[in-house]
Amino acid sequence: MNAPSKIPASSKLIAGATGDWEIVIGLEIHAQVTSEAKLFSGSSTGFGASPNSHVSLVDAAMPGMLPVLNHECVRQAIRTGLGVKAQINLTSTFDRKNYFYPDLPQGYQISQYKSPIVGEGVVIVDMGEGEQISVGIERIHLEQDAGKSIHDQDPRLSFVDLNRSGVALMEIVSKPDMRSSDEAKAYVTKLRTILRYIGSCDGDMDKGNLRADVNVSVRKPGAPFGTRCEIKNVNSIRFIGQAIETEARRQIEILEDGGAIDQETRLFDPVKGETRAMRSKEEAHDYRYFPDPDLLPLVVEQSEVDELAAGLPELPDDKKARFIRDYGVTPYDAMVLTLERESADFFEQVAKRGDPKTAANWVINELFGRLNKDGTPITESPVSAAQLGGLVKLVADGTISGKIAKDLFEILWTEGGDPRELVESRGLKQVTDTGAIEKVVDEVIAANPDKVEQAKAKPTLAGWFVGQVMKASGGKANPQAVNDILKRKLGI
Amino acid sequence: MSVDENTVRRVARLARIAVADDEVSKLKGELDAILAFVEELSELDVEGVPPMTSVIPATARLRDDVVNDGEDAEKVLMNAPAREADFYVVPKVVE
Amino acid sequence: MTELCDLTFAEARKALAAKEFSAVELNKAYLEAMEAARGLNAYVLETPEIALERAAESDARIARGEAGALEGLPLGVKDLYCTEGVRTTACSKILGDFTPPYESHVTSLMRSAGAVMLGKLNNDEFAMGSSNETSAFGTPVNPWRRKGSDAKLVAGGSSGGSSAAVAARICLGATATDTGGSIRQPAAFTGTVGVKPTYGRCSRWGIVAFASSLDQAGPIARDVRDAAILMGSMAGYDKRDSTSVDTPVPDYEAAVGRSVKGLRIGVPKEYRVDGMPAEIEKLWSQGAEQLKAAGAEIVEVSLPHTKYALPAYYIVAPAEASSNLARYDGVRYGARVAGRDITEMYENTRAAGFGSEVRRRIMIGAYVLSAGYYDAYYVRAQKVRTLIKQDFETVFAAGVDAILTPATPSAAFGVGEMANASPVEMYLNDVFTVTVNMAGLPGVSVPAGLSAEGLPLALQLIGRPFDEETLFATAAVIEDANGRFTADRWW
Repeated sequence: MNAPSKIPASSKLIAGATGDWEIVIGLEIHAQVTSEAKLFSGSSTGFGASPNSHVSLVDAAMPGMLPVLNHECVRQAIRTGLGVKAQINLTSTFDRKNYFYPDLPQGYQISQYKSPIVGEGVVIVDMGEGEQISVGIERIHLEQDAGKSIHDQDPRLSFVDLNRSGVALMEIVSKPDMRSSDEAKAYVTKLRTILRYIGSCDGDMDKGNLRADVNVSVRKPGAPFGTRCEIKNVNSIRFIGQAIETEARRQIEILEDGGAIDQETRLFDPVKGETRAMRSKEEAHDYRYFPDPDLLPLVVEQSEVDELAAGLPELPDDKKARFIRDYGVTPYDAMVLTLERESADFFEQVAKRGDPKTAANWVINELFGRLNKDGTPITESPVSAAQLGGLVKLVADGTISGKIAKDLFEILWTEGGDPRELVESRGLKQVTDTGAIEKVVDEVIAANPDKVEQAKAKPTLAGWFVGQVMKASGGKANPQAVNDILKRKLGI
Repeated sequence: MSVDENTVRRVARLARIAVADDEVSKLKGELDAILAFVEELSELDVEGVPPMTSVIPATARLRDDVVNDGEDAEKVLMNAPAREADFYVVPKVVE
Repeated sequence: MTELCDLTFAEARKALAAKEFSAVELNKAYLEAMEAARGLNAYVLETPEIALERAAESDARIARGEAGALEGLPLGVKDLYCTEGVRTTACSKILGDFTPPYESHVTSLMRSAGAVMLGKLNNDEFAMGSSNETSAFGTPVNPWRRKGSDAKLVAGGSSGGSSAAVAARICLGATATDTGGSIRQPAAFTGTVGVKPTYGRCSRWGIVAFASSLDQAGPIARDVRDAAILMGSMAGYDKRDSTSVDTPVPDYEAAVGRSVKGLRIGVPKEYRVDGMPAEIEKLWSQGAEQLKAAGAEIVEVSLPHTKYALPAYYIVAPAEASSNLARYDGVRYGARVAGRDITEMYENTRAAGFGSEVRRRIMIGAYVLSAGYYDAYYVRAQKVRTLIKQDFETVFAAGVDAILTPATPSAAFGVGEMANASPVEMYLNDVFTVTVNMAGLPGVSVPAGLSAEGLPLALQLIGRPFDEETLFATAAVIEDANGRFTADRWW
């Protein structure tokens, strides 16, 4: 198969001894479906329970136990499919993927190998500076998660906990459409955003609720695809980037030494910064897929798909476009604001109360910065949207200066309160009384005759006087008024 | 179609059944006999015939998303041949 | 007390209601008979305490006028059915002393109807076999013997314990399962009645799986009426089995004795196989005559893909089995044989735990599903299955109500007699029964005469999906015409 031979931007190429190389990346994202119960049983999907407590007889594959499909998991997969503009397959089937592993109790994983519920779709990914790439979605299918084997408790034994066994996953398979680790990271970030908007996966990578199998190959630009390696189970966006870089360099080195790439499954070791072949999977895979005879074909009515489509929230791309259109924020700001649904909602609440552009600036720079620093999610922000909206309004109507606003933000963050009342009670109001300002300006001019001369020769030095006046006024003077008066008095 | 001894070993490995060297040729004979028996199917023209997916004309049953099972580790562990506290225990697995 | 054991359930039910004897007395009689018949090896586990406890509960319910449909019935349970707190092994070493903390849906229903469990019955390991000789507990012995011979005969398989126990009157009825003929062939070998219901009629929940798309639970009973009574309590929708069908359970017993006048009975020419013994041929035409005499119309029909059913079955069933039996890995239950690493542990456990027939079928199954062979074997077999089902649909669409065939190509054979036969020769036992599983249809095996050697022979009736009632009505005609067949107590 040949890829579209678009000439790649040189910035994405890796320089090797024999010339430039292009990385080709495809991702299989395993996203835990948000549901109360497991895909085929009534046991809980809850995280952090004591070992083997969220395990039913079905999950433990006791003799004679049978799977029954969870309707909500089906609906979540359809919602997700709609979220990536994909085709929804009204009939899909479940197959068994047969292999032995201690945390796979049935000896097979139930998965939609042949006929997945979701077909081809697309994700538009912002790469910054106006660049966008579109990453094709090959398919999304439902499958069971495996349990967990713990290998580090005993030198000779592995411990098996089946709490995760049977939890629903969506495997979201991309086309090999990414050409750099940055693109792959941006794609995962965007996909995560979409999933979180829809509510079909919480995207919590720390809990393993979103993890990626990364397919990496390299080629000379324009050449056919090279042999790929699959790096299993990478569980953070940063590691995805590192794993791709590391693996691509490994492959380039082999190829430039005249070697060939073995198609194999590898693991990324973030501590050593290397990928290595998985030992347990050395033998050739032969999963002996066949339709699961315990499950009948899954048939979904178009009316249910329509109902789910109607119930979808506004998706990130639509929201972003609306923010640009309705609020006049920059595309970049709109992208940042819409990364999380909660942030976007917060912004809209703030924007409603004050100037949208000022609101965007305050939400992104002050609020997000402070939340990130404290590791606080926006849903638990100490400054509410109403408070920040009040602050933005005070800035926008000139009641307080930008500098004072920062102080006010600090007060709101640590002490709380109503912004307008705080401004009144603590005398933070901007001084717009030109008489008062003129007085301060006169004092500053009188104290610095040498600077006055210099400023007359070089008008940009007026900025220094603005600073002095602001300082003297405790930051409360209206900077525009200060500027005007200074210019007049200095005759520049 | 008949199988060779390597295939017998490969299939036994896939099925995780230990096969002693002296069993291989007997197994090969038995598998060959069964494969010869089912070979009869190849004389049928099945072009365009849909493979059966379910013997009854029904579609998947769906359950509501309710937690109503599990929460009894003892129930799933009580028959375990080896356990450590509430874990199943197996010989070390190397990844 | 043996005379209590000679009653059918319909008869015993009347006597229990009239308080001629109690459920405890009835079940005690059976427990004694079981003890006397241990040489038959029909039970792999006797549960006398449970039996007496439940029988006493039955008596209390009878006294309160709350008797269920199976109240006090001394029941044997095939060891493939999981029984709560009672060892369940599928007659395989690999399950060790597995004691399920759950009860199969079917036996739960029967228990709710008042049935009393006497114990667990022998079967071929994981129901794979046609003579019950693959059981880890040894072979049950057929209560029937050839005239003038004391050679031990098989009771059929895989439900050989069920058929032997019912024929030996050491249970009044038994649960069984049928994947390719495992209810009907053992019933035919023992002069009992076996019913393989429509796929989806009985829940598979809690029954050890062999081949999921073919397995179906059903009863083996002393006569057609008893079989119908048992079916009434085994059938029913279960939301825990995705393939269970939500359709009302009719009054099967009411169908026994229903007129067959005007019914069209198909006789498929393809079942007239080469080398069919004359006595089987004769039995078959007699059966047709008997139905005709009762007012049914006999029509010759064609099921052109019949001969492909057995080869297709020996692809589909092992394929599903190879996957279904992957869970027996020595990790969560059952036996474990140590190994140096996890793979060796699996391989040792499964080599030691599974018998040779099960190992063989798992390997065949793994082979036909493996890369490069899947389309040639599995997909082709499933296409053939479609053709087999279409054969039946065509015949039923033409107005045929039921199809009459022999149940087995021969009478019961001797224990060990097939030891040197190839696996395939043994598989031929299922040649008349397997089509029914492949098409998901109901089938009943009903005794219709004795062979020259004095062994029971049976006919099979095949019905439309979910029309078990017509099968009970037609089987009752055969039964009435030929009488019942009871083995002498020699054990």
